[in-house]
Amino acid sequence: MNPSIQPSRDAGAQYMLRLADTCLILGQRLGEWCGHAPILEEDIALTNTALDLIGQARALFAHISQSSGTGHDEDQLAFLREERDYVNVTLVELPRGDFAFTSLRNAMMSTFLKLVWERLATSSDAELAAIAGKAVKEARYHQRHAGDWVVRLGDGTAESRRRMESALEELWRYIPELFEGDAIDVQAQQSGIGPDWSSLRAPWLAEMTQLLDEATLAVPKDSAFRSSGKRGVHSEHMGYILADMQYLQRAYPGGVW
Amino acid sequence: MTQATEWPLWEVFVRSRAGLDHKHSGSLHAADAKMAIQLARDVYTRRQEGTSIWVMRSDQITASDPGDKGMYFDPMEDKVYRHPTFYKLPEAVNHM
Repeated sequence: MNPSIQPSRDAGAQYMLRLADTCLILGQRLGEWCGHAPILEEDIALTNTALDLIGQARALFAHISQSSGTGHDEDQLAFLREERDYVNVTLVELPRGDFAFTSLRNAMMSTFLKLVWERLATSSDAELAAIAGKAVKEARYHQRHAGDWVVRLGDGTAESRRRMESALEELWRYIPELFEGDAIDVQAQQSGIGPDWSSLRAPWLAEMTQLLDEATLAVPKDSAFRSSGKRGVHSEHMGYILADMQYLQRAYPGGVW
Repeated sequence: MTQATEWPLWEVFVRSRAGLDHKHSGSLHAADAKMAIQLARDVYTRRQEGTSIWVMRSDQITASDPGDKGMYFDPMEDKVYRHPTFYKLPEAVNHM
C-alpha cells in the first residue's frame, strides 16, 4: 500500500489546491455521466466538460507541486491524499442526481469558476495567470451550455420544472461555503495571487439571478447550514468518490497510462 | 395530431481553420437551432476541426431522387469536351 502524501500547508498552495480539488471532484462527478446521459450528443458534451475540468486540475496540481517544492507529481496530488487533505467545496462532491441537478450544479459552478478564472488572469503568479487565461474560455462555454438547460428545464414541462425546483432547493444550501472568506483568501488577495472568494458573491448572485429569472425560477432564501469541504471536512459522499478515484494508484503504486 | 417523441434531425456544416467553405460533417438530434449549434460544437469540433458552424434541419433539404440517377448523370459520361483539358496554358499559370 502506497503511503498517503501530505500537501504543502502554505497559504498560497492551499488557495490553489481549493480550486484544483473543486475542478477535479466536479470533473469526476461529471465523468459518471459517460454512457448515461439522456442523449448521445449530451453525453459527449458532459464528458467534454469533465475533461476540461480535469485538465484545469492537472495544470494547477503541476503548478502547485512545482511552486511549493514538495516534489509530488500531479498524479500523487490527485490520488494519494487522505480525505481531510482534499479541500474542494462540498457542493461538487454531492452525488450527480438527475439531469436537472447536474445541469443546475454545472451552471452554478461554471458561473463561479468563470469569475475566479477571470480574476486569476491578472494574478501576480504568471503561471497561474496563464492557466486562467485558457480555463476562462472553457468556463464560459460550460456556463452557456449548462445555463441553457436550466432555462429549458425550469421553463419547460411540469415534470422538468418540478425537478429543477427540487435541485435548486437542495443545491442552494451549499452555496454559502463558496463565498465564505478566511485567512487563506485574505492572504491570497494581499499577495496578489487571486481574489478573496467572498468578493465574488455579488457578481455571482447577479448572474445567477438573471439566469433563474429567465428560467422562471425563484431565487431561494439563504439557509443557516454551512458546509465545510474547503476546510477538509467533507460530506459522507466524499469517501466513496475517493475510493473510486484512488483504487488504481493504491493497488498499483506509480502506475501510469 | 401526433406528438413528436424524438427531436428533429439537423445537418452540421463545419468550416475548418484553413478552409474557405463550410463542409458537411454529419448530423445530430436537437430540440432547436440553438441547441443544435452547441451540440455540433461538442460532437464535431472536439479535435480542433472548426472555426465556424452552420446547422440546418435535415427535413429542409430537397434531394434528387436516386431513381433518377441514370437519367440525370449518365448522359455526361461521353462529353469529355466539357473538361477544359484541350487548352495549352501559358507557363505562368502552370498549376491551375
